[in-house]
Amino acid sequence: MTSQATPSPATTPRATTPRATTPQAYAPRPGAAPVGRMLRAQTALETRMLLRNGEQLLLTVVIPSVLLVLFSAVDVVSTTGPGKRVDFLAPGLLALAVMSTAFTGQAIATGFERRYGVLKRLGASPLPRWGLMTAKTGSVLVTEVLQVALLSVIALALGWHPHGDPLPVAALLLLGTAAFSGLGLLMAGTLRAEATLAAANLVFILLLLAGGVVVPLSKYPSAVRPALEALPISALSDGLRTVLQQGAAMPWSDLGILAAWSVLALAAAARFFRWE
Amino acid sequence: MSSQAQHPRSAEAAVEIRGLVKRYGEKTAVNGLDLTVARGSVTAVLGPNGAGKTSTIETCEGYRRPDAGTVRVLGLDPVADAARLRPRIGVMLQSGGIYPGARALEMLRHTARLHAHPLDVDALAERLGLDSCGRTSYRRLSGGQQQRLALAMAVVGRPELVFLDEPTAGLDPHARHATWDLVRDLRADGVSVVLTTHHMDEAEQLADQVAIVDGGRVIAEGSPEELCRADARNTVRFRATPGLDLASLLKALPDGSSAGEPTPGSYLVEGAVDPQLLATVTAWCAQSGVMPERLAVERNTLEDVFLELTGRDLRA
Repeated sequence: MTSQATPSPATTPRATTPRATTPQAYAPRPGAAPVGRMLRAQTALETRMLLRNGEQLLLTVVIPSVLLVLFSAVDVVSTTGPGKRVDFLAPGLLALAVMSTAFTGQAIATGFERRYGVLKRLGASPLPRWGLMTAKTGSVLVTEVLQVALLSVIALALGWHPHGDPLPVAALLLLGTAAFSGLGLLMAGTLRAEATLAAANLVFILLLLAGGVVVPLSKYPSAVRPALEALPISALSDGLRTVLQQGAAMPWSDLGILAAWSVLALAAAARFFRWE
Repeated sequence: MSSQAQHPRSAEAAVEIRGLVKRYGEKTAVNGLDLTVARGSVTAVLGPNGAGKTSTIETCEGYRRPDAGTVRVLGLDPVADAARLRPRIGVMLQSGGIYPGARALEMLRHTARLHAHPLDVDALAERLGLDSCGRTSYRRLSGGQQQRLALAMAVVGRPELVFLDEPTAGLDPHARHATWDLVRDLRADGVSVVLTTHHMDEAEQLADQVAIVDGGRVIAEGSPEELCRADARNTVRFRATPGLDLASLLKALPDGSSAGEPTPGSYLVEGAVDPQLLATVTAWCAQSGVMPERLAVERNTLEDVFLELTGRDLRA
């Protein structure tokens, strides 16, 4: 026993109970972790949340894989361009994978995080808001790498022969991610969580059918085609196809469309996103 | 103040609110609220639902901008200096704030990683009874476990000041006492605590200072003892032979006391009841040669103070 008394603040303690921990265990020692550590921790957490969610995996992994196998094997829609059916389909499904993670998955997850106060609570943590957004982008990119690897393996097993440079492919995937993230966050930050859930799924289906993913845009009437070609999903699938199926260098017009969508969507998300 | 040596900045209040006004559209949630929270103290903001407690706390946390008045937390503006303030405070929201799919310990560990010198996660989890459900996802935790996880997340970063919005709402008595013990230890180690509650006993048990809030302002403020003393209508009741001479008792009692026999043989003494007054009453009984039976002392509780204050004032 020592007689050393804990400095008693302000007034006398009320009811006393034996301490469950050593004295001064809770003495303040505040401070934010180094930014790098916070970003790594948040990115890892966001990625785990994403990969642990069954509905998300259905959307990001199962649906693109099944569509790739199904449409490659069965002649439901006639494909266009050189090579086998899979040479047309693989770039389209890579585009779909990007959309499913960056747009649909991110919109739904972020919408519910907003609803459950997760974003609010993180707003009181040392992690800055830009840090949270960086971590979200990081987890989207990690997921996309896994999706691209899986879809590539499946496509190669189906006899896919990709052409072209990796550089324009990477540029397309990154700009596509930026555009879809902006749209997803705009939706998640402005609509109610349930509305986001419904709208994000509806948009996913519509863009899957009307964005050149599995159905060539040439099948649509020429009157609507220019509008469809301006969609981010069309630019992404067409750009990837131009490189991977036809071996073109830089698909500038598709990159331009994606860049425009990115700027508009991210600016709108930054302007209108509400945290709670 | 002995705590000054330990906390060099303790001269400055932990929280200083002056004339805070917060409106949501037509509705005024906070209406000219003043509150000062001393460093190292536990302050309970007590009030009914809709009194403006959460709006006040959330303004301190930087979630809301005051429509009028000033708020300083650890000397900083919660909105303008948010980046500097956030690492120094711990926040427990009234509900939610955690990924439904995150496991309890995973979430606590993650929060610890956002801080430079966090507490030992395993020890904290064990203390709050979260070790047994560490691998359970948040959505599958019981309400009490969810509350305790949120509390653990508020303190794991070793903050100087903790805001707890209804930390024991919905807890069973055991978990409630575990929370109280933790708050006492935080205070003993020099952490300032601001908590909201509508449990009177919680405020009485824990708080150095109680601010009773209603209609968006502080209507009474002080230590629980001070509040219970103010406007005290404390009583001593006993039964004895009917018809005793109360004049001699009244003479012996301090000014402002009253004594009566509402029904024959049943006596009621009202006043600032303290040991001295009680001794006076029993001495008088001894002198009168009567045995006071069923002697009962009823002292004002915060509950009485609160009812008196809120019943008198508003909702008119």
